[in-house]
Amino acid sequence: MKINRRLFLGGTAMALTAPWVNRAFAADDIMIASIYDLSGGLEIYGQPIDACLDLAVSELNDAGGLLGRKVKVQKYDPQSNIQLYTQFATEAATSLKASAVFGGITSASREAIRPLLGRYQTLYFYSPLYEGGVCDRNTFLTGSTPSQTIGQLMPFAVKNFGKKVYVLAADYNYGQISAKWVRDYTGKAGGEVIAAEFFPLDVTDFSAAIQKIQRDKPDVIYTLLVGGNHMSFFRQWAAAGMAGKIPIVSTSFGGGNEHIVLTPAESDGVMAAFGYFQEIKSPANDAFVKRYHQKFGDKAPYVTEHASATYNAVHHWANGVRKANSLDRMAVIEAIESGSTVAGPGGPSTIDPKTHHCATDVHIGRVKNHSFEILESFPNQPPADTAAVCNLAANPNDNQQYVIQ
Amino acid sequence: MDYFLVVLFQIAGTVGNLALISVGLAVIFGMMRVINLAHGEFIMLGGFAAIFGVQAGINIWIAMLVVAPLSVAFLGIVVERLIMRRLYGRMVDTMLASWGLSLLLIGLATTFFGNRVVGIAAPVGSFQIGTYSLGAYDFVLTGIALAVFSSGYALLRFTPAGLIARATMQNREMASSLGIEPARVYAITFAIGAGLSGLAGGLLAPISGVLPTMGVAYVAKAFITVITGGASVITGTALSSVLLGSINTVSTFLTTPVIGDVALLLAATIFLRILPTGITGRIFKGAP
Repeated sequence: MKINRRLFLGGTAMALTAPWVNRAFAADDIMIASIYDLSGGLEIYGQPIDACLDLAVSELNDAGGLLGRKVKVQKYDPQSNIQLYTQFATEAATSLKASAVFGGITSASREAIRPLLGRYQTLYFYSPLYEGGVCDRNTFLTGSTPSQTIGQLMPFAVKNFGKKVYVLAADYNYGQISAKWVRDYTGKAGGEVIAAEFFPLDVTDFSAAIQKIQRDKPDVIYTLLVGGNHMSFFRQWAAAGMAGKIPIVSTSFGGGNEHIVLTPAESDGVMAAFGYFQEIKSPANDAFVKRYHQKFGDKAPYVTEHASATYNAVHHWANGVRKANSLDRMAVIEAIESGSTVAGPGGPSTIDPKTHHCATDVHIGRVKNHSFEILESFPNQPPADTAAVCNLAANPNDNQQYVIQ
Repeated sequence: MDYFLVVLFQIAGTVGNLALISVGLAVIFGMMRVINLAHGEFIMLGGFAAIFGVQAGINIWIAMLVVAPLSVAFLGIVVERLIMRRLYGRMVDTMLASWGLSLLLIGLATTFFGNRVVGIAAPVGSFQIGTYSLGAYDFVLTGIALAVFSSGYALLRFTPAGLIARATMQNREMASSLGIEPARVYAITFAIGAGLSGLAGGLLAPISGVLPTMGVAYVAKAFITVITGGASVITGTALSSVLLGSINTVSTFLTTPVIGDVALLLAATIFLRILPTGITGRIFKGAP
């Protein structure tokens, strides 16, 4: 490449401005990094996560910080772009030297940065619900996994609606692996998956699937659909006059604010299982929602499970730092492993030291007029799926994602 | 038997859908040789126009059939004036410019409308065939597609305006020396093409919802349909919509939506191998 004057000037200008970024913090603040999509297609997932992270950090600071120091968040917005994830994770680990990184929404983004943060020995927290199986001592996962949600929802569905289950899922690792879990838990509940269809994230036309469902006459439909395009299924289902005719259950519906975007005619009656719903009635949650709205106003985004689990993740990390009385990575990991429970908004979240996942309460809700009514709650569900394959106490150097066969 | 009928209706729906999302692109590409990569964003803006219309209390049919095409046609006029006018005859440059425009429109829509799906409920209900329940809206789409294509055909084939348009596209200098102002014809054609994309967006809003990035999902399919159709704007697009739409629907019913899309692309590849100039490069040659 030829270096001319213009290129040289441009390069110099960029090199000079770069150090200006991220330098606006006091020297003795504890730095943590957050990497969540706050723009692009995944923004709708990222916004409530970001808000709950802020809420948790401001609570820590209002209570005097950690180790007598303030906690400060450096936020990176990867713009729904996996490449930016690896770039920002490297920056957080090397130039920022973050004490912990909270980040990743899709499973693809998690698998992009998890190995990287492991190499840089930077503690990592992943909070969205996901397909389970990650076994890595450097990583703590505070979201729910299939055994916790699908494991409760499937017996509920088979008992109340019938044995024949039709699965509609997003066509990437989350949907594919979760669909296998649905098959597994349907079998255990005495039902049968009669068909599973997978849809790439850009599919908006579900008319063929809707006719096939009517032909096969399932008792229950299980959706693992993700993102804005897939909401078309519920519109077309209602437009075909099918709304309410076959019960729909899901462990993804609501995570992307589907119940708020769709009209009541399209979404009422859909049932979902999550570790958290904003509508949960408990003193802890009422207080949490009140604090959340005080901080961000009444128009703040609906708090999803991804978001409440992020709130828990920050407090688990804080528990570890307090107990270890240090920011040293290994000391914090061992402190969290020795036992950490956060009284989260959805119920207590307890770290399982063998898997680095959390035991959490699980709730089944049904959509009514843009909000969920809680139908049943199951306290303190262990992450049994990951626990069956992963034991970090016995194999601390294990580092992989196990996948159900 | 019922199921067979249902599949037939579904094919009609898919064909209508494909024809509607392609016709705006066909007009602009076929008549002006401008590769409009912002086609998907024109559809998206049509969708937003319809939804904002409904939210402002306008009747849903007027919002979809009048507000959406008119607002995008107006945008088309602006784009033609500011950008396309300078690039006629430079096909690759139009591609680059409209790609930039596409990114700009996605960015603007994200900034001002938010990166979330908005939708409206379908204005018509459903009906029964045997034990199957179908949305009636698919037929509305197919009917409107039929109306658009037949009036487009009639306009180009039988009216003086159509004659002038076709003449300008075939030989700009000759038309100009006969007293036609090519710049005006181009501007009007571009506006009509943009308006048709807006119409498609408005009509799609109730079934797919509207999202700033939704155009990406449509632009590729529209391009394939137009290229497979060949030189004749109306006849070609109609024929290739019927062909590709049927292949897509049948294979989706037999297998999965992924294989359905694969079948559509495979069919288009094979057709272009056999008929490199598109369907109307071989049959119905010279039809508008």
